[in-house]
Amino acid sequence: MRVPVLKQGNYLIASIQDALTDEDLSQLREELVDRVGKLHTRGVIVDVTVLDVMDSFAVRTVRDLARTIKLRGVETVIVGIQPEVAFSMVRLGLSLEGVDTALDLEDGLALLDQHTQPGARRGR
Amino acid sequence: MDGETRVPIRQGGDIITARQQGRAVAAQLGFSSTDQTLIATAISEVARNILLYAQRGEIIVRPVQNGKSGITIIAHDEGPGIPDINLALRNGYSTSNSLGLGLPGTKRIMDEFTIVSEVGKGTTITVKKWKQ
Repeated sequence: MRVPVLKQGNYLIASIQDALTDEDLSQLREELVDRVGKLHTRGVIVDVTVLDVMDSFAVRTVRDLARTIKLRGVETVIVGIQPEVAFSMVRLGLSLEGVDTALDLEDGLALLDQHTQPGARRGR
Repeated sequence: MDGETRVPIRQGGDIITARQQGRAVAAQLGFSSTDQTLIATAISEVARNILLYAQRGEIIVRPVQNGKSGITIIAHDEGPGIPDINLALRNGYSTSNSLGLGLPGTKRIMDEFTIVSEVGKGTTITVKKWKQ
């Protein structure tokens, strides 16, 4: 299962389509960390709306992905964490501390716009 | 629904199969969607534990009806066993470079949690969740 990564302007949008194995998630992390350097990316969105489970491995991998990309100077926003998944993460003691999250793709794009073009915020 | 479901765990995709089947059983038993997610997440953690430490094993999902109704998940392997169970259940402890939150977290999200492990023989983790 490969995750399609679309380029929209200066942003990369990784839109997860189905449940991912640990290997798939690790591969997505490597691919995004690599691609941000090649495409003059200003921001990355990882859309996890379809994930019905985010266990300790998934949360750690997503957090590492965002932090690694941040070290390269690019912002990442995780969008679409489902309510049950968020509840389960809290109960498990897992957090995405230091990682931006947004309700959905639209809010995620707005957040990236704020980060990357602070003078030109979108009206909301 | 009284039959049990067995899913062999040998590769990463089997973790997904196990948690999807576990969720389906939980749904049939009438667990709330929040509880279904907790159950599926617990299965994911114990199934990964099999892959990390024993490479192969199986997940058994069993409906429970004895006055109250619930679900039992058994993760069984014949791997190396866990030398120090208390250590394995400590937050942040891991011998596999993982976060070390899998088992302690699983214990928190389920109602009952037992580990039986014998070095050289294998490990059986049994977790239960009762319907509210």
